[in-house]
Amino acid sequence: MEKYFDVAVIGGGAVGCAIARELCRYELAVVLLEKESDVGRGASGRNSAVVHAGFNNPPGSLAARLCVEGCAGFAAACRELAVPYRRSGKLVVALAPEDQPVLERLLAQGQANGVPELALWTPRQARAREPRLDSRGALWSGATGLTNPLLYTIALAENALANGAEIWLNFPVDAVARAGEGFILRAGERSLRAAWIVNAAGLYADRVAALAGDSAYRVYPCRGEYLVLDKQAAALLSTPVYPAPRPGVGGLGVHLTPTVDGNILIGPSAEYIDSRADTGTTAAVMTRLWEEAMRLLPALAQSRVIAAYAGLRSKIIPAGEQNFADFIVEHSRAVPGLINLVGVESPGLTASLPLARRVIRLLDEKMRLKAKPDFQPERKREGEFRFLPPKRRRAAAAADPAAREIVCRCETVTRREILTALNNPLGARALNAVKARSRAMTGRCQGGYCQRRVVAIMMEEYGIRSEDISLNGPESWLFTGAMK
Amino acid sequence: MAFYRGNEMSEEKILRPDLAIIGGGPAGLAAAAAARSAGAERVLVLEREPLAGGILNQCVHDGFGLVRFGENLTGPEYAARFLQAALAAGVEIRPQTMALELTAQKQLWILGPRGYVRVEAGAVILATGCRERTRGAIQIPGSRPAGVFTAGAAQYYLNRQNLMIGRRVLILGSGDIGLIMARRLTLEGARVLAVVEKMPYAGGLTRNISQCLEDYDIPLYLNHTVTKIEGRQRVESVTVVRLDEAGRAVSGAERVYDCDTVILSVGLIPENELALQAGVELSPVTGGAMVGDDLQTNIPGLFACGNALHVHDLVDYVSAEGETAARNAVTFIRAENRAAARPLIPVRPAAGLRYVMPFFVRPGARPLISLRVKEPLGRRRIVVKAGGRILAERKFPRLAPAKMERLTLREPVPLAATLLEVMIYDS
Repeated sequence: MEKYFDVAVIGGGAVGCAIARELCRYELAVVLLEKESDVGRGASGRNSAVVHAGFNNPPGSLAARLCVEGCAGFAAACRELAVPYRRSGKLVVALAPEDQPVLERLLAQGQANGVPELALWTPRQARAREPRLDSRGALWSGATGLTNPLLYTIALAENALANGAEIWLNFPVDAVARAGEGFILRAGERSLRAAWIVNAAGLYADRVAALAGDSAYRVYPCRGEYLVLDKQAAALLSTPVYPAPRPGVGGLGVHLTPTVDGNILIGPSAEYIDSRADTGTTAAVMTRLWEEAMRLLPALAQSRVIAAYAGLRSKIIPAGEQNFADFIVEHSRAVPGLINLVGVESPGLTASLPLARRVIRLLDEKMRLKAKPDFQPERKREGEFRFLPPKRRRAAAAADPAAREIVCRCETVTRREILTALNNPLGARALNAVKARSRAMTGRCQGGYCQRRVVAIMMEEYGIRSEDISLNGPESWLFTGAMK
Repeated sequence: MAFYRGNEMSEEKILRPDLAIIGGGPAGLAAAAAARSAGAERVLVLEREPLAGGILNQCVHDGFGLVRFGENLTGPEYAARFLQAALAAGVEIRPQTMALELTAQKQLWILGPRGYVRVEAGAVILATGCRERTRGAIQIPGSRPAGVFTAGAAQYYLNRQNLMIGRRVLILGSGDIGLIMARRLTLEGARVLAVVEKMPYAGGLTRNISQCLEDYDIPLYLNHTVTKIEGRQRVESVTVVRLDEAGRAVSGAERVYDCDTVILSVGLIPENELALQAGVELSPVTGGAMVGDDLQTNIPGLFACGNALHVHDLVDYVSAEGETAARNAVTFIRAENRAAARPLIPVRPAAGLRYVMPFFVRPGARPLISLRVKEPLGRRRIVVKAGGRILAERKFPRLAPAKMERLTLREPVPLAATLLEVMIYDS
């Protein structure tokens, strides 16, 4: 007999993890189902890492409302979950005379949405904030922030787990069958029963809905590529800088984002593609991203690219049509017991907790939810060695032999931090799971020095066989095995 | 001599050696022994690995020491000689210890088995070696599957961890490590499909082309590069394209290789994380410090040598440079209370030279000049001049970018000199 859950959340992105975590506030048996070897492997880990203030979406839209709400609560959520957050503010800059009215329109839209701390700045004011920025004026948004979206997603999942939810990784739902009032969900040979399904499958939301019998949706993948700059560029920019949006461009345009980890991101592009798996980068876009970055901040000319990646937006309007489609969060009209979230692209990260609360309201309409008195919203996390002042470094090293060894040189990650990352409660044991949690392998040598050391720790401390070491799960193997 | 034993943990908070050397590879070990010979009392070598020797420990092939010892040694054999010499000279080597910070006053913070410790040394030598350029740095488009390794990382997996990294391999870049790995992987049963080089000439030494590729029938495609890596989980294919004379892809000249592994041997970059922290002036050409003929950086008492200074072709010259840095560091320590005179005379390379080491010379010095050319050249004469005076001159039957050439001045830099010019003449 399959295990029973009150709610099965499909999709371990920021939104799915936020939903699972918020559901844990109630007396419910919750499972989160994720097809990959870790949470956050899709769009949640492949974006600009910006906590949006909410002036980009039309007044009255769900996206605008939930974004403003999410932004207002994001710092507190990050404190609770021990996730990096920085209230960086943001500049949308005018580079040509025709950009000025666009900024004014954005200001009006933001004010209508109730976004705080918006102002039109003169070039001189913008330069006072970012001395290397040459603009014709800017829209300043003081409420915009930055986070590490992967750690945020992981933290939500871990907090859900700590509050009683189950998280099933490597579980790609491939069949959904009705079973009485509820459902049976399958992935290959494995299966479970659930009274409710919350479909937070992002790029695959239409397919998951269809598996359950609801064919009302269609998702169009729209790829966004990014370049990551070496930390040496960090001193050149501390505020995210966006171009004034131009009509016809999907997304917010190629912008510059200084991350909470000290890199600068350039991107994203916006390109509709056919595949939902193709997160590859392309030569043409890489060149264009660089050109756009030079237009925004010529001072970056000497900076070095250390990595490139791409994410796929889950658009619900095809190429060539209008730019904006609102988030869909609703009871399926075709399938009772199914709640769908479709078309949640930017600002979905910012809006993830408000989206989760909205899902809870939808559930509460159908069954009275009962608060769980012992819900524990806080998550503890050891401070990173690299951020400790000398005295505390000395104390940390004195107390723990594993804190006396640096595994990753570029990002100053200790053996203790690698062990903590490998010990993660979700049980994600691929190299990319270590990378997301510890920052090892993310620096300028991209694992050239530390990957082998992480591999050695996996083999020695966890007894993982070399054939079982992977980047993202079994098929992304690193070794054919020990040599003859 | 003090050695770390087991889990012993002293309440050490600050170390005050005469000389601290960061990196116990061929440069650092040679520097350490030389510093002791030159009279430094307390010489401390900080080595991040459990065993000193640096990259040599993973270079199980031979070809080391021909210049220095007139013998053909493996990497570990070569390293062992310098390690023994350093230990015999009374150098303290701290393994598993990483230098984390270096200030402009050359204060160091190190982390290792004895905890987080401050080091105040009379002089500091940067002998941190180099690192490999990555896929990200050269921006190869495509997906990001498992199976893309830098050549040195692959070498470590095979030679030190006994792990085999793939079955069908394509190698991008004809640097020496890539060539060595082509042979190594072939001997371990992998099929090396090709070595692809974007330049019209090979990046590695001629002897490696012959011994590692030709002897095993591995094709080398010059003027070719990789334009795409594909594979959702593991590498599945690689697109290779031919380049025209301007380095642009020739359309229709693509070829797709089915392979599970890509090895990148696309260049080495001096490792200068600490130098950057300290505010050392780095050269955009070499990626290393802009040193004078004494190998001192712009920070008094901070020296650089070996591959951390500029990437060498032969380890024998790395060791020699370490020794030079050590002798100058000891001179600095002895004269510490006097402000160190920064060499004043700039060295100007001719247009055909990629760089000349050092960047500055002091009047009266008689330094060794190292240089590399930008592209292969036939018979040439290289001349070092100050004013109208020829200080060194040497003829070369040919010059190649892969090879580092060296000249010693036959007379000191004139006291009145304002510029040292390194010229190339058709001879």
